[in-house]
Amino acid sequence: MMNFNFNVSELMFLMPELFLLAAISCILLFDLYVKKELKKFTYHLSQLALLITGLLAFNLIGESATIFSGTFVLDTLGSTFKVFIAGFSIIALVYSRHYLSVHGLLRNEYFILALMSILGMLVMVSGHSLLTLYLGLEIMSLSLYALIATARDRAFAIEAALKYFVLGAIASGLLLYGMSMIYGITGNLDIAQIASFASLASLEPQETLILNFGLVFLVIGVAFKLGAVPFHMWVPDVYQGSPTSVTMFLSTVPKIAAVALLVRLLIDGLSDFQQYWADLFMILAVLSIAVGSLVALTQVNIKRMLAYSTISHIGFVLLGFVTGVLEGYGSAIFYVFAYILMSLAAFGSIIVLNRSGFEADQISDFRGLSKHSPWFALIMLAVMLSMAGVPPFIGFYSKLFILQQVVSEGYVILAIIAVIFAVISAYYYLQIIKTMYFDDADKDIVVSAPIDLKVVLSINGALILIIGLMPGYWMNLSVSLF
Amino acid sequence: MDSLLSILIWLPILGGGAVLLIGNERSSTAKWASAVISVLVFILSINLFLDFDTSTSAMQFVEKMSWISQFNIFYHLGVDGISMPLIILTTFSTILVIIAGWEVIQNRVADYMAAFLMMEGIIIGVFSAMDSMLYYVFWEASLIPMLLIIGVWGGQNRVYAAIKFFLYTFLGSVFMLVSLIYMYNLGGSFAISDMHALPLTLVQQGWIFWAFFLAFAVKVPMFPVHTWLPDAHVQAPTGGSVILAAIMLKMGGYGFFRFSLPITPDASSYFAFVVIVLSLIAIVYIGFVALVQKDMKKLIAYSSISHMGFVTLGVFALFSIMKMDSSGELISIAGASIESAYLGLEGAMIQMVSHGFISAAMFLVVGVLYDRLHSREISTYGGVVNSMPKFTGFAVLFAMANAGLPGTSGFVGEFMVILGALQANFWYAFLAAMTLIVGAAYTLWMVKRVFWGPVINPEVSKLNDINAREFGILAVLAVAVLWMGIYPQPVIEVMHVSIANLLEQALTTKIPGML
Repeated sequence: MMNFNFNVSELMFLMPELFLLAAISCILLFDLYVKKELKKFTYHLSQLALLITGLLAFNLIGESATIFSGTFVLDTLGSTFKVFIAGFSIIALVYSRHYLSVHGLLRNEYFILALMSILGMLVMVSGHSLLTLYLGLEIMSLSLYALIATARDRAFAIEAALKYFVLGAIASGLLLYGMSMIYGITGNLDIAQIASFASLASLEPQETLILNFGLVFLVIGVAFKLGAVPFHMWVPDVYQGSPTSVTMFLSTVPKIAAVALLVRLLIDGLSDFQQYWADLFMILAVLSIAVGSLVALTQVNIKRMLAYSTISHIGFVLLGFVTGVLEGYGSAIFYVFAYILMSLAAFGSIIVLNRSGFEADQISDFRGLSKHSPWFALIMLAVMLSMAGVPPFIGFYSKLFILQQVVSEGYVILAIIAVIFAVISAYYYLQIIKTMYFDDADKDIVVSAPIDLKVVLSINGALILIIGLMPGYWMNLSVSLF
Repeated sequence: MDSLLSILIWLPILGGGAVLLIGNERSSTAKWASAVISVLVFILSINLFLDFDTSTSAMQFVEKMSWISQFNIFYHLGVDGISMPLIILTTFSTILVIIAGWEVIQNRVADYMAAFLMMEGIIIGVFSAMDSMLYYVFWEASLIPMLLIIGVWGGQNRVYAAIKFFLYTFLGSVFMLVSLIYMYNLGGSFAISDMHALPLTLVQQGWIFWAFFLAFAVKVPMFPVHTWLPDAHVQAPTGGSVILAAIMLKMGGYGFFRFSLPITPDASSYFAFVVIVLSLIAIVYIGFVALVQKDMKKLIAYSSISHMGFVTLGVFALFSIMKMDSSGELISIAGASIESAYLGLEGAMIQMVSHGFISAAMFLVVGVLYDRLHSREISTYGGVVNSMPKFTGFAVLFAMANAGLPGTSGFVGEFMVILGALQANFWYAFLAAMTLIVGAAYTLWMVKRVFWGPVINPEVSKLNDINAREFGILAVLAVAVLWMGIYPQPVIEVMHVSIANLLEQALTTKIPGML
């Protein structure tokens, strides 16, 4: 029944992925054969490739098609996700270059591996069969493992890479196991076919049981990739051990792909089982918010602190999916975008403090920043307040949107739990502000970052405020994706 | 002007941004720019006051634009008689703190001035927002400048005080957020006026009432959630204490007027007794706590809590004075006159404005001493009158006002509230009137120990009397305190119609089926 029909005109819908793949190959060859002094252009070519990929994806917004015998889907959600993946990656690479060059880690494989993982994400976003989704996931993950290990002379980085690899492999295994269950009972890999099979009305009890069994493993796989409690064990160690630029990349763009995986598998594929997976998500969400907020309180390493803060943000995202209504899903998407914008700015601010021979990764490294560099201190202030959910920054509106959806579906208690933990988490964000503004500097902080990093970080910081003042458009956009 | 309110909000906020850009290196330019902006805002707010129509309770100077269409949130501004006096108080106090910080603040001058300007705009936003989400955004945003003011320019223990202040008020307000969202889901609108009209059962009102109560009680602050205030006041720089006492505490009182009474009238009536008891504890018990303080700022902070108890007492005594009969007529309970209900509410408003002046003045008085000897301990001083006679004159006047001497603004509000409370219950009035004794005791005892008596500390005899700048600030406040004390009529007139409307709303049941 898998007749593989191929039509050349269908390739048009595949333009972003095809272009990126071709670009990766060309950049790889370029980097191999050009003279040493031209090698610095690999970075620029990578950025250009990402920009064009983003534009191609943008061009496809509004198109909708299911091609390659249903294994690849193009819809507004997918194209929009791709635009955001490309856009956020461009910002991440700008920040990365400064970090890599001051620490002697600047090798061009870094950019190629990053592009490769982005290709994996694009495939995931458009995957419409269990096979394509898994393929995308592995392209992304394998590139990320290698990316962490690029700092090959750092013991912590190697440990982080190994840990991520081993745990990631287990998670992939669990996901595959769940997929095999689903395939076993439905006889299909195609998400649309699975969806039509898995309508509760027509199912035998045993079939429901097996689908549920598979569903649990799918949820575990997704929760692992998102880093939700209790599948979060890898997050703090990997965040702390990886080079900061990789941590930034890990904590931002792949979350979009993981959410896409969730949407494709659970919302597109098993929407009739919403009540089952929503219950699982509710537990994951509450645990993530609680653990993320409480454990972060005692951290002194800012990367580790942000790791726990990510966990609690993921809890909020999952709350959006608990609601089971389209607007609720939209609120989760808005939260993911807001979170990534904030996370990029937070890591960007850490990277700005790095200079040759000085690795900034402790909270105390921010001491007295407001005296030496008031502008970057102000950006970090906005980011921290935004993460704590204080208006008028974007983080408030993302929480508001989630809470509104949660309350409107009748889960008032969930909303109350969430806001109590939001107040608790405000304490550690305030610690950063305290370090920057209230403590005196014991050493001089020199901000020697290149101009492109400064400009992009400033724009990134400004967006946190500007979208906060006018969030309407982005909220509507997030809801319109479903 | 159609957009006068927007100008009042955004001129200081954007002006504050401009002052930030001027930078700490050019401190003199920054100071002058801030002074010009704050005076300009004050003049505009006077303009608002003069154009205000006192014959209607409807919102005036209304501006309405769609802001977040997803939730029907509007950028919706307006003022009525309840917010008008508080806006004037805000613009007035901001000028004072900017001038008060003129020579005293040496460290990061531009940042300091910018923080106060932004704070001014944000607080005017709180008092003029007609959409609850816009209100919430301003309400929370006001924490940010105050956090920095306490933390950067504060005293020894500033970090603890700043973070305690932030977390306390943040915790209080998130429950308000949840209840606002809850009401949005019931009524489909975040507009405050729609929430006023939303029918709610007693159970729903009870939950919403307590969520609001937590937010406002922390801000006022009421016993037993007042513990952040003494810490914040003691550690904050003088300007921070002034704004905190004069304006930020009023945000809590304003919340009771704008949200609790009209949105949850039945729950307010049901739980009024609890609030009254807490208010009386604040008035009497906190008064005694103030008596034993060794630190002047702490003493004034406790006296603030005690005085703000009158605000909540005046508001909630209403429910023991009047009710609405089945035909919709307001009738009095136990033979009280209709006027006494007005006395309670208007007395609470007058008390808020008057406390704004008096507490600002008292903190500035302490600030003047602190700038000279860098001590807030009462025991450091003694016999200040010998070296600072002009200053002592002002200090004694403000102390008298704080003790509620007739002829000063402190008397008017407290007297009105006590009269109102007397109609509700003799014991309310009796306990509240205790403050006239306790308040006089702690204030005058402090004056005695600081200003009179023999000079023990040789430093005190070398003090210079206040300079022209300090004289100017204190003189303006003295005029305000006396004017409010002798002729409060303009302020009462401004709010009277709005208070009447509020009274009606607060006594109209919202429980479906009982309408």
